[in-house]
Amino acid sequence: MTRWTPDPTFYPSPRDAAGAPAEQLAYVAAFDRSAQKPDAIAVVDTDAGSDSYGRVVGWTDLPHTGDELHHFGWNACSSALCPTAPHPHVERRYLIVPGLRSSRIYVIDTKDDPRAPRIVKEIPAEELAAKADYSRPHTIHCGSDGIYVSALGNGRDGGGPGGIAVLDHTTFDVRGQWEAERGDQSLAYDFWWHLTRDVLVTSEWGTPDMIEDGINPELLLGRRYGHRIHFWDLAKRTLVQSVDLGDQYQMTLELRPAHEPSKEYGFVGVVVSVEDLSASIWMWHRDGGEFQVTKVIDIPAEPAATDDLPPALQPFGAVPPLVTDIDLSVDDKFLYVSCWGTGELKQYDVSDPFHPVEVGSVRLGGIVGRVPHPSFPDEPLAGGPQMVEVSRDGKRVYVTNSLYGSWDDQFYPDGVGAWLAKIDVGGSGGLTLDPRFFPHGDEFRGLRVHQTRLQGGDASSDSYCFPSA
Amino acid sequence: MTWGQIAALAGLGAFHGLNPAMGWLFAVARAMQERSRAVLVKSLPPIALGHLASVAIVAAVVSATSSVVAANIVGIVGGVVLVGFGLWRLLSERHFRWAGMRLSSAQLAGWSFLMSSAHGAGLMLLPVLATTPVVSGEHSGHAMPGAASGALEGIAAAGVHTLAMFAAMAACAFVVYEFVGVNILRRAWFNMDRVWAGVMVGAGALTIALSA
Repeated sequence: MTRWTPDPTFYPSPRDAAGAPAEQLAYVAAFDRSAQKPDAIAVVDTDAGSDSYGRVVGWTDLPHTGDELHHFGWNACSSALCPTAPHPHVERRYLIVPGLRSSRIYVIDTKDDPRAPRIVKEIPAEELAAKADYSRPHTIHCGSDGIYVSALGNGRDGGGPGGIAVLDHTTFDVRGQWEAERGDQSLAYDFWWHLTRDVLVTSEWGTPDMIEDGINPELLLGRRYGHRIHFWDLAKRTLVQSVDLGDQYQMTLELRPAHEPSKEYGFVGVVVSVEDLSASIWMWHRDGGEFQVTKVIDIPAEPAATDDLPPALQPFGAVPPLVTDIDLSVDDKFLYVSCWGTGELKQYDVSDPFHPVEVGSVRLGGIVGRVPHPSFPDEPLAGGPQMVEVSRDGKRVYVTNSLYGSWDDQFYPDGVGAWLAKIDVGGSGGLTLDPRFFPHGDEFRGLRVHQTRLQGGDASSDSYCFPSA
Repeated sequence: MTWGQIAALAGLGAFHGLNPAMGWLFAVARAMQERSRAVLVKSLPPIALGHLASVAIVAAVVSATSSVVAANIVGIVGGVVLVGFGLWRLLSERHFRWAGMRLSSAQLAGWSFLMSSAHGAGLMLLPVLATTPVVSGEHSGHAMPGAASGALEGIAAAGVHTLAMFAAMAACAFVVYEFVGVNILRRAWFNMDRVWAGVMVGAGALTIALSA
C-alpha cells in the first residue's frame, strides 16, 4: 500500500540526505561457508543510547542452504523522487537479497518488525535464468523505473556474459535483461549510474567459473580477470564506451559515482596489479564528449616474511593491500578504501577528486598484522576491513571482514572469523574505532559477515536527481 | 462552451498542472541541473504541448461521438470506462516507467504525452464533455451539426484545459525553483495518484448519473 506523503527516508538532494537522522539498526548479510546451515540476515543495534548497542538483536534465517549472501539493497530509495517517473509514496521497506552462489533472490520485509524481518518472496534461480539469462546476482540498486540487479554470469553454464537484470518495482518479478546492445562486454561485477546524465557504469570481476573455486593464479598471472570499466546509455541501454585500465590492473570492482547530480565523476577500485601487487583507485570523469579514467591513488604491497604468508602468497614475499571495497560519503568529501590484505581502512579527502589526500587510517586484522580490536586486545583478528558502509551524515563507518567464501579460505586459511567494527569520523577527517561496538565471533553464530545496510539508507544505497545547491 | 464548462475545464487543468508528476518537477530538475532559469522557462511549453495532445485526442473523440450518438449513451459508456480506469489506478501500485532524463524539447513533449495518457488525463474531462449542460439555449456544441464540429469543440475544450494546466504548472515550477526549494516535496507532495484516481471514479460516477 502506498503512503499519503513521501517516504521520509527519500531525499531530493545529497545535502538533504546528509542531514538525515542517525540509523537505529543495521542489517548484515551472514553466510555459512560450509553450506550446512542456512544463511541469514543479522540485525545489529546501532542506537548509541540503547542497552543492546553494538549487539546482534535479531536474525532472519533463510529457508535454504548454500545461498552465500553477499550484497543486497532496498526496493526503493531517493531515486523515487526523480521527476521522470516519480513514485515517492512507495515505502522503503523491502530488502532485495541475492544469493551469490545459489542465484536465488529473496525479498525481505523489514516494516512490521524491523528487528525480525520476514521473507515475503523468493525468486528462484530458474526465473532469473529463464527471463534474463543471468545467474549469480550481485549488486542491487533502486532505479527510477525498476530494481536493477547485476549478475556475474549467464543463466546457462557458469560463463559470460554477465550483466544486469531488471525487477519490477511492485511485484519483484524479473522483467528481463537490461542491455539492448552490449558490444564486447562479457565480464561483469558492480554497476551504478549518473541518473541525471543518463549514464550507467559497470565494472569487471570474472565469470562464475573464474571465481567460484577460489582465485585462480593462472588466470590472474595470465591477466584474464577484468581490467576495464564500461559506460552505457542508461536510457537506450546500449554500450557507449569501454576504458581499459591496462591488463596488469586485475579486477575492477566497486564503483562509486559522485552523489551530487550535477557532477559527472566517480571512483573505481582495482584489487591488485600483477606487476607489483599494489592496489589502486581510479577516477572517471567526463572530458569533452568521452570519459577519461585516471589513476589517483596507488597503495603499495607491504614486504613480509615468507613464514607469515599463506601458501598462495609465499612466492611473492609481500602482502598485497587487496582493495576489495571502497565507499564515498554522501557529501562526496571522503573516500573510504578497504585494504583487506594488509588489514587497513584508509580515509581520503577527495574534495579535489583528482588529488586525494589520505587523512585517516585504522588497522584491524590483516594477513600478517592480525591487529586486534582495542576492546579485545587478546584476540588477534583474521580478515581485514572489507565491506565498508558509511552513514548518511558521514559520521559513522561500518566494516565487516569477509570477502567471498572460497577466497577467504585462500588468504586466511586458518579461518577468517566474523566481525563488524564501527569507526567514528572526525569533523575534518580522522578515524577512531568505537570501543563499545564490536559484535564478533560467536555473536554471529559461526556465519561469516559481508555487506551491511543501514536502516533508512546509507552512502551506497541512494541516488539523487536534484542538485544540492 | 458555457462558463460553467470553461470553469470546470480550467479547474481540472489547474489540478493536473499542480501534480508534480505531470511535469513541473521535471522542469525544475532540468533547470537545477543546468543552473539556469532559462531552462525552466524553455521546458514548460513542450510539457504543456504533450499534455494538450494527450487530452485533445480524448476530448475530440468524445465530443465528436456525442455529436452523432445520443449524448447519454456516450456519457454512460464513457463514465463506465472512467470509473474502471480510476479504480484500476487506485488499486494498482504500478507506476509510469521512464529511464532517461536528458531529453530534447521534442522528447520532453513525448514524455509529457505518455505521462498524461498513462494517467488518463483526458478521460477526466469526460463529465464536462459528455454531459449536456443545463443552459438556456444559446449555442452549446450541439447547435453545430456533425462530428467534425464536435471534434473541434473537443479540441477547444482541451485548449482551455491546457491553458489552466500551464498556468498552474508554471506557478509551481517558478515558486519552487526560485523560493521554496525541492526539499518541500518531502512534506508537501501529497499522494496525487490516489486523489487523482479518486477524482476519476467520482467523475465517472457523476457522468453516469447525469447521463442516465
